[in-house]
Amino acid sequence: MIGLTTPLSEETVRSLKLGDTVYLNGPVITGRDEMHIRAMEYVREGKEVPKDIEGSVLFHCGPIMLQRDDGRWSVIAAGPTTSARMNKLEPDFIRTFHIRAIIGKGGMSKETIQAMKECGCVYLAATGGAAVSLAEGLSRCTGSDWLDLGMAEALWRFDTEKFGPLVVAIDANGNSLYEKVNSELVRP
Amino acid sequence: MMIKLPEPVEDVVYNLLRLANTKLPEDLGWAMEAASGWEQNEIAYTQLGAIMDNVKKAEHLGVPMCQDTGIPVFYVKGRFDSSIVGAITKAVERATKDIPLRPNTVDPITRENCGSNLGPGMPIIHFIPTDDDFTEITVLPKGAGSENMTRLAMLNPADGIEGIKKFVIDSVLDAGGRPCPPTVVGVGIGGTSDVCVAMAKEALLIPIDEENPDPFLRQLEEDLFVALNGSGLGPMGLGGSTTSLGVRVKKCACHTASLPVAVNIGCWATRRASARIKDDGVEYSQGARI
Repeated sequence: MIGLTTPLSEETVRSLKLGDTVYLNGPVITGRDEMHIRAMEYVREGKEVPKDIEGSVLFHCGPIMLQRDDGRWSVIAAGPTTSARMNKLEPDFIRTFHIRAIIGKGGMSKETIQAMKECGCVYLAATGGAAVSLAEGLSRCTGSDWLDLGMAEALWRFDTEKFGPLVVAIDANGNSLYEKVNSELVRP
Repeated sequence: MMIKLPEPVEDVVYNLLRLANTKLPEDLGWAMEAASGWEQNEIAYTQLGAIMDNVKKAEHLGVPMCQDTGIPVFYVKGRFDSSIVGAITKAVERATKDIPLRPNTVDPITRENCGSNLGPGMPIIHFIPTDDDFTEITVLPKGAGSENMTRLAMLNPADGIEGIKKFVIDSVLDAGGRPCPPTVVGVGIGGTSDVCVAMAKEALLIPIDEENPDPFLRQLEEDLFVALNGSGLGPMGLGGSTTSLGVRVKKCACHTASLPVAVNIGCWATRRASARIKDDGVEYSQGARI
């Protein structure tokens, strides 16, 4: 079990190995299809994007959030969404924003793995559906952007505390646990 | 679990949405515990542990076990009239705000989210009129991770039982970790294309510890279960021997020139809840045969 503090350095990311179990402390942001599309659109149009996307740990997640009477948001449930939906968008996104880690489920395409290898980015598998346990690790919501995209698709910011367990399922050297499992599948 | 509680339909449906989202059906919990007892793969064992830990916390806190509270699919059986649509609609809106559920429904083109889990065509309700003296309402909240893996094949009759098996196994293994294994695999065989897909989803409502009354289908379920769990896919597609918690197959007659087969995968959180409303009270449970 490895404890890591975000933001992550390229050196730290490159040192992680397939199958390592890690827990995170520090800031992470969420982003799904619509957040990727908007951020890239803004970059193309020369508009300003939230600064903390650069070098971030990106959680593929559309949480259930509850706005309290004082206006602040608290997280109810926040598990990973299927990362493969972002396959078309992620390689450009990683190269543009130097994402250091992606937290998701199910793994990603060869094109994404290539971008991860080039830029120094690791894929951390969170347990799909373990939304209440994972929400405990998102100790504080520190803000949001693009709420007009809807609760699931908005960009949410969290401070994490012992967030995990996360399994290094694709390392920054192009190795994928999903590809390994897939190549060894027994089909009758 | 059986509770007696006479209430208006809107309240019953609200209770169903809360029950389904916060409490995993017992048969699935037992299967998961059994699986973690024999799982040898260390990562798989950690995944199963994280799932069971999460299930306990969700039930204890009374919050949804997964952030994808899905699109609730309703089945109304027995005696009913058209007023039930309004009651279910109101319950979905209230549950979205109060439980809370994640607002998931959007316009398919503009992707605009109305915030209430409603919108054109919602809520989805299937009606099964019978001569029973009760109304039975069942809800299956279906998340997109598993629903997106749905497959239909219009096989040739000559493909036979081996063709059916190959299609089901390939569908589950090609889906990999995306539908959040260990999964419940719903299979529909026969009918027309639309009926076949509907049967595959209905199959997810049958508890996995209930014996299939058809001996041929029972054997088919077992063969598929053994093949899937011997595949090595494992929880979340990270490897291991726990790929499926159960396989449920439904069939009906089809055209002599057709062999439709549909696969609808339920994630480990195959959430379901039923209420049987009688004159003297309401009985809640978490499994149904439609």
